[in-house]
Amino acid sequence: MTASRAPEFGSLVEIAASVRSGERSARAVLAQSLERVRDLEGDLHCFNEVTVEAAEADADAVDGMVRSGLDPGPLAGVPVALKDNLCTVGIATTCSSKILAGWLPPYDATVVSRLRRAGAVPIGKTNLDEFAMGSSTENSAFGPTRNPWDITRVPGGSSGGSAAAVASGMVPLSFGSDTGGSIRQPAALCGIVGVKPTYGVVSRYGLIAFASSLDQIGPFATTVADAALGLEVVAGHDPMDSTSLERPAPSLLASLGDGVSGLRIGIVDDFLSDVSPECGAAVIAAAEALAAAGAEVDRVRIPELLLGLPAYYLIAPAEASSNLSRYDGVRYGLRVDGPDAETMNARTRGEGFGPEVKRRIMIGTYALSAGYYDAYYGQAQKARTIVIRAFEAAYQNFDVLLTPTTPSVAFPFGSKVDDPIEMYLCDLCSIPSSLAGHPAASVPFALSPEGLPVGVQVLAPALGEVEMMRVAASLEQAAPPGVRGPVTP
Amino acid sequence: MSETERLISPEAVRHVARLARLALDDDEIGRYASQLSAIFEHVDAVRRLDTANVPPTAHPFPVENVLRDDAVTASLDRATVLAQAPLAEFDCFQVPRIMGEAP
Repeated sequence: MTASRAPEFGSLVEIAASVRSGERSARAVLAQSLERVRDLEGDLHCFNEVTVEAAEADADAVDGMVRSGLDPGPLAGVPVALKDNLCTVGIATTCSSKILAGWLPPYDATVVSRLRRAGAVPIGKTNLDEFAMGSSTENSAFGPTRNPWDITRVPGGSSGGSAAAVASGMVPLSFGSDTGGSIRQPAALCGIVGVKPTYGVVSRYGLIAFASSLDQIGPFATTVADAALGLEVVAGHDPMDSTSLERPAPSLLASLGDGVSGLRIGIVDDFLSDVSPECGAAVIAAAEALAAAGAEVDRVRIPELLLGLPAYYLIAPAEASSNLSRYDGVRYGLRVDGPDAETMNARTRGEGFGPEVKRRIMIGTYALSAGYYDAYYGQAQKARTIVIRAFEAAYQNFDVLLTPTTPSVAFPFGSKVDDPIEMYLCDLCSIPSSLAGHPAASVPFALSPEGLPVGVQVLAPALGEVEMMRVAASLEQAAPPGVRGPVTP
Repeated sequence: MSETERLISPEAVRHVARLARLALDDDEIGRYASQLSAIFEHVDAVRRLDTANVPPTAHPFPVENVLRDDAVTASLDRATVLAQAPLAEFDCFQVPRIMGEAP
């Protein structure tokens, strides 16, 4: 336990202002980021690839615009890291899987093109649990990412590389994807802010699909304001994603300082007995802080939310088994040959996928197979309705809800990886809002007795990002010092 | 151990692996039989749930078909796409034979 404070970049607004005014070059900001990567990447393994040349070219383009009197945008010169399931044209996109070996996407994800259009400088592709399936990054085909607070522990997952890159001060902003908690859980374990927006707020075009009715892209940052700005830049309707909501990006930064006076905040009781003492205590302390800031705080029981975990572990694998059928050795990536097409398909998939991905495909295929469809997948879809209705009832009385983000702090490598159910339980508190398509954010709020970060989760109904981020900002103000990154391992 | 192993047999795992086009070795078959048994036991609460009069939810929001204007626009270049294929010939993806005797 030797984590110490790390040098900070300044806020995203400050970075962009200094680059836009010419006071600091995008190349200089990038150099600070790349130096930090060089110092720490050997210990942490946040990246599958650091794209130095492309980043330098992007930074030069930003500096060229400034010299020509043009505005590069609200993220001018901000170094950003991208989870390696976001397509980047001409840059390998692996999902941390052997099955995508050698594949170079022919297009950029909408999130990537919007970031670049805002002046951000992508510096590389971050490690993840293979195809975003996992809660520790131990399922990466390229080895795990380590937690900068304690390198003997996991950073969480699946977006562990993106979380650890921000938590160690390599970049001030990164992006991940969240299907059942894959942004919020690693944010909590790494002591940073992570936001899963309302389903449909951020385009999924170019996000390699895991479970299409649940997947959503969102930001990681060390502060609520930086996460809010990152989300504003990438959000908004995209005709390339048919599930993208026909709405403009939410305006979040402007109301972050509005406080929580009069907001009705519910502490969800049902998870508190299932989490470690420090994770439960952080929620209670957070609620007290919000009450002191003028919110109306009360406790609420929503036992239906506990159906979320079993329903999710049928629905997400079912969708995954369908989505991942595209990896067949025909059009891209790995091929392991065979005497006929079916044998080639099966050998390619048998060798190309790791154990967890195969396990999820098997769960999903079984749940969808003849004779079991109604009993498992059909029932899970109905359980999903029950969860959504329970949220609707609760939001009659509350504007936002508070829960722990995770059942425990960061755990040691190897402690759960051989027991799938233990690993799946990491998502207990984060899954219900995923099933409902609601927004949720994790904010660092405490340290455990051993000095590891503890997150509190703020939930809101669909399109409740403004209130959710106001509450997150109030929690950030009330949090004790030292609970958030960046830290140096 | 045997209680959960009876839930999903190795034969059932082999069948599902065939449906999923996954070549698994015997070790994997055995491991997935016991792991899937434990997982399906864990999610059994969902199977036993009383869902009379509860409609299923496939998607968080109503999904509508989206149509764009019927105008010709550029799509991905064929050569760019084929360049990513493990094998391509005559502007087509190349695969081993798909016809043959039934397995």
